[in-house]
Amino acid sequence: MAKVLMKGNEAIALAAIKGGVDAFYGYPITPQNEVPEYLSKHLLANGKVFLQAESEVSAINMVYGAAGAGKRVMTSSSSPGIALKQEGISYITAAELPCLIVSVMRGGPGLGSIQPSQGDYYQATRGGGNGDYHLIVFAPESIQETIDTIKESFDIADYYRNPVMVLVDGLIGQMMESVDFDRPKKERFVPEKDWATNGTKNHPGRRNIANSLYLDPAELEQHNIKLHQKYEVIKKNETKFELIDFDNPEYVIVAYGTMARICRSAIEMLKNEGIEVGMIRPITLFPYPEKAFEQIPENVKGILTCELSMGQMLDDVLIANNGKHKVGFFGRAGGMLPDPEEIVGAIKNFNERVVK
Amino acid sequence: MEAKNIKVAGFGGQGVMMFGQILAYSATKDEINGLWFPSYGPETRGGTANCSVIVSDKQINSPVFKNADHLVAFNAPSLEKFKDHVAKNGLILYNSSLIEDEFSQDGSTVVGVPINDIATELGNDKVANMVMMGAYLELTHLFSDETIEAIIKKFLGERKAHLLDVNKKAIQSGKDFVKKLGVKYA
Amino acid sequence: MWEVKYEKSQGLTDSKLSYCPGCAHGIIHKLVAESLVELGILDRSIAIASVGCSVFSYQFFNCDAQQAPHGRACALATGVKRVLPDNIVFTYQGDGDLASIGIAETIHAANRGENITVIFINNAIYGMTGGQMAPTSLIGQKTTTSQDGRTQKNHGNPIKISEMFATIEGVAYLERVAAYDPKHVLNAKKAIKKAFQYQMENRGFTMVEVVSTCPVNWGMKPVDAMKWSKEAMEPVYPLGVFKDKGRE
Ligand SMILES: Cc1ncc(C[n+]2csc(CCOP(=O)(O)OP(=O)(O)O)c2C)c(N)n1
Ligand code: SF4
Ligand SMILES: [Mg+2]
Repeated sequence: MAKVLMKGNEAIALAAIKGGVDAFYGYPITPQNEVPEYLSKHLLANGKVFLQAESEVSAINMVYGAAGAGKRVMTSSSSPGIALKQEGISYITAAELPCLIVSVMRGGPGLGSIQPSQGDYYQATRGGGNGDYHLIVFAPESIQETIDTIKESFDIADYYRNPVMVLVDGLIGQMMESVDFDRPKKERFVPEKDWATNGTKNHPGRRNIANSLYLDPAELEQHNIKLHQKYEVIKKNETKFELIDFDNPEYVIVAYGTMARICRSAIEMLKNEGIEVGMIRPITLFPYPEKAFEQIPENVKGILTCELSMGQMLDDVLIANNGKHKVGFFGRAGGMLPDPEEIVGAIKNFNERVVK
Repeated sequence: MEAKNIKVAGFGGQGVMMFGQILAYSATKDEINGLWFPSYGPETRGGTANCSVIVSDKQINSPVFKNADHLVAFNAPSLEKFKDHVAKNGLILYNSSLIEDEFSQDGSTVVGVPINDIATELGNDKVANMVMMGAYLELTHLFSDETIEAIIKKFLGERKAHLLDVNKKAIQSGKDFVKKLGVKYA
Repeated sequence: MWEVKYEKSQGLTDSKLSYCPGCAHGIIHKLVAESLVELGILDRSIAIASVGCSVFSYQFFNCDAQQAPHGRACALATGVKRVLPDNIVFTYQGDGDLASIGIAETIHAANRGENITVIFINNAIYGMTGGQMAPTSLIGQKTTTSQDGRTQKNHGNPIKISEMFATIEGVAYLERVAAYDPKHVLNAKKAIKKAFQYQMENRGFTMVEVVSTCPVNWGMKPVDAMKWSKEAMEPVYPLGVFKDKGRE
């Protein structure tokens, strides 16, 4: 199929349909409203389920129910709404149910703004729900990559029986780009959902239960260990990143999502001035691509972490770097977007940016 | 074609967003890359509207740019706001129906087009943005008439299909105006 | 000599209202502000702004204010009132905020008989976020998330807040009013004032539901929107006093 021009939020919706979504539950919030608006029209018209819940708390628990019933189910929201979903997300991971959660970040904390931000890195990777759990978090940099990721996300979620979060910022949601919906999707083994609570007539002799309660500490510890082992497998299999201009960099930038794209332009500008800069672009934020940092040449002058926040991924960069190189930080927040020239300036004045 | 960063700005209701989208749709139709992003939210309510467009035959990197190669200003506040963010050898196209003082800027090609007056002459005030489109295309030669026409058709849909003619006329009038001025840009 | 024909209420600040032209939010702000001034309680009032188009009401009411998370205004109001019982505490909430995400907080505040006043603006839509379906949207009403019109089967019936809250013991005063013509605006003012009066007398939970408009997201001219609120909304949301403990 030829490319089409499409708004990010609508592309998210259409990609989810291509990925086989059976049901969507959500609650309006800017800047992701076009996701439910598009799905309300197209899911209902195709005999699938769309429901606007009375709140995000309710929406994520509707997701819990439908995921437990064995369907491909998703929700999408933005920062304050994702905050309300944290309780349900913890339960869903505990009950090992697959689903897709799209998070279109806006400025925070609190009501904040509705402009693009990356202030929810902690929210996505550290979670606000209780207990030892992780989401598989993808942070695409373009609408095309968002589409490709979402199309695959249900397969990944189903395989690991774990929620997948696709984390973008309001810019990706609101902008339009030329995209192709028919790029081939990675073939993955998708197991039968023999655990689904769809009635014992579908699995005679066995009751299926979706549950997160383990009163016996020994039993709960076994469950924690099992989840942990699953996350270790996810780390091994699903860690994804891109290395850009890594031939002989003087500096290395680490950036994801929209910020990575801004940095790509900055890197070109710097190259024209004779300054070689490489970039590590994490595509998964959990698992974090620590391995990529091993490929940073010994002699680089420093690593510049760039984020649309006051410094959240910075923690993971510091962990991955483990004291080896100087680490600096450049951030804009509140919905402000830097232009590439600002990144160029930050590299040129790297020493003023060093945090550790 | 080298990547072009384009800023389009004006009042809400002047067809600014549509102008930008038509360029991004045209790029997509011509099988190069288009990117469009709007200013959104309460800042657009009743006030100014602006959008950024990038068209390129290569992968588009930063969606954000400091300086526009082309600035299309539909009113005075927009020209004022963005004129200092035009790249060297850039193009500034402005609406001289609403910006009466002749404007010029060193290092830029500047063209004023009385789009509202021309549209009124055509009998449809709403096609002022397409007069601007004609002038813009005559100066930049970014897209062919066929491409633009196909996209406008899509925008009009069946319900407004009868407006295709006046839109085409508006584009032609914009082109004619620039031809008469004798200004060349690209 | 000149005379002042129209004076802005002391109860409103000098900030320019952020509402679209012809939106009833502006009218209702004025009524609330005038009531606070006329009752002499402006300087001890605390407004709780909710999340919706009225999110900026903390900039407009000329008194102290707090801005609540979406749906939680009645919880904040409870928190304030319990520690400052001599102050006047009111919330200003839309239908999405009150009747959808915040229904639990609102019902429980009412049931506890919290001595607060709720100004509830029912415009049958989510205005702020661009016209999605609200729990109060009418059957058949087209919104961005019910593009073929609301159906009873898919979305349930429009939720009737005043009827429902009339059954709650802790409610002292509850009236549904409209704002589509001068006569009804006058009556709305009376109701709002009475609600505050009751709060001053420590009678319990008071609420005024205003059948309002959203010309922008209804896709109507302001006059047509006023007409629609009268002709389409009022039959579903009949006006009147649903509860008045002062009269019992
Ligand atoms: C937790 C959370 N979810 C969603 C939103 C987005 N949101 C902002 S206003 C609003 C609804 C407003 O509708 P209503 O309460 O009816 O007020 P109106 O704008 O119609 O006056 C929503 C869903 C939010 N700010 N916070
Ligand atoms: S969007 Fe609707 S409710 Fe909000 S201010 Fe405008 S007209 Fe009023
Ligand atoms: Mg409303």
